[in-house]
Amino acid sequence: MNAALAIISLTLVGVLLLGLRARHGVRMDLEQWSVGGRGFSGRLVFVLMAGELYTTFTFLGASGFAYGHGGPAFYIMAYSCLAFVLSYWLLPAIWRFARQHRVLTQPEFFAKAYDSPSLGFLVSAVALLALVPYLVLQLKGLGIIVELTSYGSLDASSAIWIGAVAMTAYVILSGLHGSASTAALKDVLILAVCVFLGLYLPHRHDGGVGEMFRHIEQQRPGFLALPATGKSGAWFVSTVALSALGMYLWPHAFTATFTASSERSFRRNAMVMPLYALVMLFSMFAGFAALLQIPALTGDQIDLALLKLSIQTFDPWVVGVIGAAGMLTAIVPGSIMLVSAATLVARDLYRPARPASSDAHLSMVSRGATLLLMLAAVALTLAGGVSIVSLLLMGFSFVTQLAPALLAALAGTGAVNRHGAFAGILAGVAFVAGSATAGLTMKRLLPAAPEWTHDVNLGIVGLALNVLVMFAVSLLTRGRGRARNLPPVSPAPLR
Amino acid sequence: MKLHHWLAVIPFVLILCGSLFAARVRPFVFGLPFFVAWTIGCVIATAVVMWLVFRLDPANRAP
Repeated sequence: MNAALAIISLTLVGVLLLGLRARHGVRMDLEQWSVGGRGFSGRLVFVLMAGELYTTFTFLGASGFAYGHGGPAFYIMAYSCLAFVLSYWLLPAIWRFARQHRVLTQPEFFAKAYDSPSLGFLVSAVALLALVPYLVLQLKGLGIIVELTSYGSLDASSAIWIGAVAMTAYVILSGLHGSASTAALKDVLILAVCVFLGLYLPHRHDGGVGEMFRHIEQQRPGFLALPATGKSGAWFVSTVALSALGMYLWPHAFTATFTASSERSFRRNAMVMPLYALVMLFSMFAGFAALLQIPALTGDQIDLALLKLSIQTFDPWVVGVIGAAGMLTAIVPGSIMLVSAATLVARDLYRPARPASSDAHLSMVSRGATLLLMLAAVALTLAGGVSIVSLLLMGFSFVTQLAPALLAALAGTGAVNRHGAFAGILAGVAFVAGSATAGLTMKRLLPAAPEWTHDVNLGIVGLALNVLVMFAVSLLTRGRGRARNLPPVSPAPLR
Repeated sequence: MKLHHWLAVIPFVLILCGSLFAARVRPFVFGLPFFVAWTIGCVIATAVVMWLVFRLDPANRAP
C-alpha cells in the first residue's frame, strides 16, 4: 500500500466512524433520520448546505470546465451567487410550510401545497429521474479520484464498491445526522485543498496567478472571456438564470431546508455563502494551471486536469490528501442524496400504496430503499456510459421545471390550481426530455431568430412553455382546486 | 418593495447584465483578465449586498 492509498483509507475509516457516531443520543425515528428532527443549528445547516454544494461535479467539473472552456466556466460562481440571493426569501418560506405541515420530502410539499396526491406522484418521478443520475455521477467521480490518486493501487470498480458500502452503512444507521457530521470534516478538507492547489500550482509552474493568466492570454487570446458564438453571452446569462432558479430545487437541497430549527439560519447563511463560493475559484485556477502544463486533454479527459497535474507535481502523501478530499466530495453529498431519495420512496411511493403504514414501518422501508437505491446506483455506475452525464444535465432542466409551480404556491394568490401546476410541470419536463432526445437546438427550433438567440439555453424555452401552460390550464379549470393559502414569501412569523 | 428588496436586485444586474459587457473587455486589472476580476468582484459585491439586506430587514431584529 502506497502513502496516498493509506491516507485515503484512513480518511474513509474516519468518515465512517464519524458518520456512525452521529446516531448516539438520538431516537432514530423517520423524522430524525430524514431531516434531523428539524433541530439543526444555523451552523450545522450551513455545513450541510455547503456540503451538498461541493460535489465531485464542482471539484473535478469546475477545474475541468475551466481547462476545457476558459471564461464560460465562471458561470458556476455566477449562478451560485444568484441562488444564494434567492435563498434569502425562498428557503424560509419553504421551511415555514414544511414545518407547519410536517412535510419530509419535496413531492409531499407539492402534494400538500396543491392538495393533490397526483401532483406528488409527478414530482416524485421528476425528483428520482434527476437524483439517481446525480448519485451515479458521485460514484463515478469517486472511482476516478481514488483510482488516479492511489496510483492505480485500487481500481475504480473496487473504490466504487468500498465507497458505496461505507456510505450505505452510515446512511442506514445515522441518516442525515451522519451526513451533517461528516460534512464538517469534508468542508475543512476541501477548503484547504482547493485554496492550496489554486495558489500553489500557478505559483509553482508560472510564477503566480497573474503570470499564469498572461501566459494563457498570449497562447490563446480571448480564452478567458466569453466567445462570440457557442458559450457566448446569451448562453452565459440564460444558463446562469436557469441554474440559479434550479439550485435549491434539487430534491436533496430542498429537503435539507427542512432540517433547520429556525428560519433565521437561511438568512444568515445567505450572507456567508457567496464568500464560500470563492473556493470554487481556486479549483478553476488549478484547472487553468493544468492547461499550460498538460495541454493535450480532450473530451471527458478534461475533468482529470486537476488530478493529473497534482500527480505530476506532488509527492504521494500530498496526492493522498487531495484524493481524500476528492473522495469526501463524492461520499458526503452522495449520502445526502441517498437519504433524500430513500425518504421519497418510503413516503411518496410506498405510503400511498399502504396508507395504514406506521412511522416505524416507514422508517424500516426507507432504510431498505437506501440499500436498493445504492445497489441500483452502483450497477448504473459500472454499466453506464456518457448517457449518465447527459441525464444529469437534463436533471438540472427537470428540477428547474418545478420552479413556476413552487413560486405560484408560495405567492399564495391562488392564481394557479393543481391542474395548472400538474400540466405546466408535465409540459416543461416533456419538452426538455424530448428536445434532448431529438438533439434539438435553438437554431433548429427558431432558425429565423436573430443570431444571438441560437446560443440561449433550451431550458429557458421549456420554462416559458411551462409557465404558459400552467396559467392557461389554471384559467380553463378555474374553481376546480386552488392552491392552499401558504405563508407569504416575505419573512414573517410562523402562522 | 422596501430598500432591502431593491438592494437584492444589484447582484442580478451586475451578473446578468454586467457580465455581457465585462466579457468584451480585454485589458487586465489587478493582474487578472477583466472578466475574471469582474466575476470575483460580483461575488464579493453579492456578499456585501446580502450583509446589508440582512441588517436592514426588520425580520432579523432581535425578538
